[in-house]
Amino acid sequence: MSLLDIRNLTVEFATAAGPFRAVEGVDVTLEKGEVLAIVGESGSGKSVSMLAIMGLLPWTATVTADRMAFEGRDLRELSPAQRRKIIGKDMAMIFQEPMSSLNPCFTVGFQIKEALRQHTDLDRKARHARAVELFEQVGIPAPERRLKAYPHQMSGGMNQRVMIAMAIACNPKLLIADEPTTALDVTIQAQILDLLLDLRRRNGMALALITHDMGVVAETAERVSVHYAGQKVEEQPVEGLFARPFHPYTGALLAALPERATSRRLPTIPGVVPGQFDRPAGCLFAPRCRHASDICRARRPEPLGPEMGRARCHTPLTADGNGVMQPQRMVTT
Amino acid sequence: MSEPIVVARDLERRYEIRQGLLRPPAELRALSGVSFALSPGRTLAVVGESGCGKSTLARLVTMIEPPSAGELRIRGQAATPDRWRALRDIVQIVFQDPYGSLNPRQRVGTILQEPLKINRPRMSAAEREALAREKLALVGLRPEHYDRFPHMFSGGQRQRISIARALMLDPAVLVLDEPISALDVSIQSQILNLLIDLQERLGLAYLFISHDLSVVRHFADDVMVMYLGRAVETGPAREVFAAPRHPYTKALISATPRAQPNSGRKRIKLTGELPSPLDVIPGCPFAPRCWRADDECRATRPPLKGEGRAFACHHPEEGAVE
Repeated sequence: MSLLDIRNLTVEFATAAGPFRAVEGVDVTLEKGEVLAIVGESGSGKSVSMLAIMGLLPWTATVTADRMAFEGRDLRELSPAQRRKIIGKDMAMIFQEPMSSLNPCFTVGFQIKEALRQHTDLDRKARHARAVELFEQVGIPAPERRLKAYPHQMSGGMNQRVMIAMAIACNPKLLIADEPTTALDVTIQAQILDLLLDLRRRNGMALALITHDMGVVAETAERVSVHYAGQKVEEQPVEGLFARPFHPYTGALLAALPERATSRRLPTIPGVVPGQFDRPAGCLFAPRCRHASDICRARRPEPLGPEMGRARCHTPLTADGNGVMQPQRMVTT
Repeated sequence: MSEPIVVARDLERRYEIRQGLLRPPAELRALSGVSFALSPGRTLAVVGESGCGKSTLARLVTMIEPPSAGELRIRGQAATPDRWRALRDIVQIVFQDPYGSLNPRQRVGTILQEPLKINRPRMSAAEREALAREKLALVGLRPEHYDRFPHMFSGGQRQRISIARALMLDPAVLVLDEPISALDVSIQSQILNLLIDLQERLGLAYLFISHDLSVVRHFADDVMVMYLGRAVETGPAREVFAAPRHPYTKALISATPRAQPNSGRKRIKLTGELPSPLDVIPGCPFAPRCWRADDECRATRPPLKGEGRAFACHHPEEGAVE
């Protein structure tokens, strides 16, 4: 049994201009102790799908799925009270912006102990000791003193570590980290990523890492799923994805990395991600794809088999002898 | 190589921090002893972590504030506050956040004309519009974008508008303060290519401030690594990245994740944080986090030594990064 098993997740927002589909038919599975990276640009629905799993979307959102199970329990059937028992304890999330996710009115010590009070039966003293221990774990110097600080008295990096300490306070089985290191300097980023991987090793925690940094993906993840405009367009083990992407979008993303550049000018992806009003009828990437044909523009592709990275593509890339990617017409059923 | 257009010598910037009514104000050294020369058509990248003084350096070079000591020369003239007005035409800036740096109530045309209204008061409205439309085309936007508002554009297009605005006065130097870090990966390469195009066509000099080393490595000719307000290593980008001499540079390069799974390389782990810039450290500012530090490092600060390729370290690294 997978730790997390989501099938055909769709999230629709009711907006003034009509329904907007932010996530469309996404499958997510995560085993115990696994590290999954979810990559995509802004608007790709990567954060929204994770918030849907956590049940943290506003009332304007309609979440539907064929299956939505965490440790075999159906998340859709839980009452809010039952859900709150799981969220923050077995399933925790690190949010992107520490400055706006922490409450400015309370000390960080109060906020971290609140999580412990809700989910554990530790007494006051034990909670304090645990908070100090957590701060030490995430590398906050002088933890006793820092517990009394308010979020505005600390730097962004320090606040991010507080967020991480809060998320791991109850030894979650699944940690969803939404761009946990984007606001941090590289040397701190390296420390934080090491810390998360270390927690996984010690507690068998599964990690879903939402990021747009391909370098972070390559160095942390085991499996990668690539999202585009609300769909999962490809999923592969990390080595395979970097060595041989099947979806043209993945290929283009990797080619646009400066460190893979062969000339001074970088290969680019023309155009922008489709918005609410210009969603194509066919493949969502077709307007920006070099290999798009008539069928791509007319019919939305279904995911291919696992050997093709489950790419949602009519013309997946193939590697020929020279390592040049070329489109090949595939018939999908 | 042509004559440098911006020359900075021992730039220093101090701020006074009040600590309450009765305590004497403390002095914060945001920048000390920074020197560089920037030539037309070249890119100098300034890298370092937050708090290292790279944004303060940008504010000095764009003449937003004067240095506390040292000298800045632009086209051979000393950039003292009384000459700022004339010299600001030459140096313009592109900010990091394209969402915060464009006035949401102004149309693109008005945004672009603003620098002309202030700096070319005698120019007619028709001339201003012609010039604004010309720059709009130069950055790859279409004529119909002229009458639109910033919220109608994506992040990448907004950054193009910011670049067009910076080019309105035909500057020779652009200060690029993290120009692509707020953008999506697929858009970053579009903007980088635009900057490369503009540099080749207009012979611009770039002062490129960034924390993303993989971009700097690709884009910059020269690089200056800063730590706590000081340059710790400078030189041609290729040489610095191939064989960093200062341990901090090496740690930065090593900490930058690479898009290569299972490369098996070992990251250098730095412990601790940047010390507070309020504390005056007698020795090397990096010593508390450095694995090579000894008593000499903690006692005396190493000077930046070398011509062209310089580094400030008592025990420099040898050899390449893994």
